[in-house]
Amino acid sequence: MRKFFSFFLILGVSFYFVGLVAPVKLSDSVSDKGSVGSTVLNGFVQETGSSNAVTSVVVTYRGFDTLGEVTVLFLSALGLSLLLSGGILKDKKMLLHSFILENGLGLTVPFILLFGVYVILHGHLSPGGGFPGGVIIATGLFSLVMTGIVSFKGSLFSVIEGLAGLSFILLGLIGFFGKGYFLANTLPMGTVGNLLSAGIIPFLYAVVGVKVATEITGLAEHSFLYSKKED
Amino acid sequence: MIYMVAGLFLVMIAVAVSLIFVKDTVGVVIVGSVVSLVASILFVFMSAPDVAITEASIGAALTLIVFLIAIARTVGKER
Repeated sequence: MRKFFSFFLILGVSFYFVGLVAPVKLSDSVSDKGSVGSTVLNGFVQETGSSNAVTSVVVTYRGFDTLGEVTVLFLSALGLSLLLSGGILKDKKMLLHSFILENGLGLTVPFILLFGVYVILHGHLSPGGGFPGGVIIATGLFSLVMTGIVSFKGSLFSVIEGLAGLSFILLGLIGFFGKGYFLANTLPMGTVGNLLSAGIIPFLYAVVGVKVATEITGLAEHSFLYSKKED
Repeated sequence: MIYMVAGLFLVMIAVAVSLIFVKDTVGVVIVGSVVSLVASILFVFMSAPDVAITEASIGAALTLIVFLIAIARTVGKER
């Protein structure tokens, strides 16, 4: 009876979402002239030098909002480490020892890390950016932690994370002293499509990527390996 | 194109419904991340590759890891 009830619940919710999406036209044309969306789409390449509209919105038009997101991430990590503080290292049987896992990770983790760095550095050219790239790097690093191949010092990670957060604000202050407002794009634009172009965007996204990667790795390692003494 | 999107929607719904019939806790988490994976393919077809990358890395990978940690740490305390 409960299964049928949840079946119909899922069916109803999914029909709701289909109804939400069904009127969306699958075309590239911008139909609503004069809105914020069409203004951004028409002028973002000249204004920001980035060839990715989403990145130009996230990092330049809404850069302050991104600072808020990074702060939210920092606060959640802070809260979790406060909850788990004073923990001790668990015995090693928590680690997942397996021949296939250890050797397979040795082969795949370098490629995962390389892909994460690629996603971060090409954030202003192609889909991706600091947040997903940082999460990809954290996934690779954490799978190393999970098998016990390497173990990172939690305190080192928090230092790197704090420095990354500080340099986000410093990059914003460069714009403040150069052009008069926070996170202004003062660095030279370069040619659209080059790796070193779009002024401040690649640096901001690199900082965000480092921050997200260290934060999530440290958080996951802390919650996976450490526990209270009572356990 | 619209048939592709509709088909992916049906696959997503089918995977979500099949979650009810999975008995294992770890299995539920893995099938749940498959829902996110199909959703990320769907985002690519709806020309939102940025969202697709974020959905695949956070929804499919990181959520799976976090839930697996929770299961690994609470196993044996369930009953």
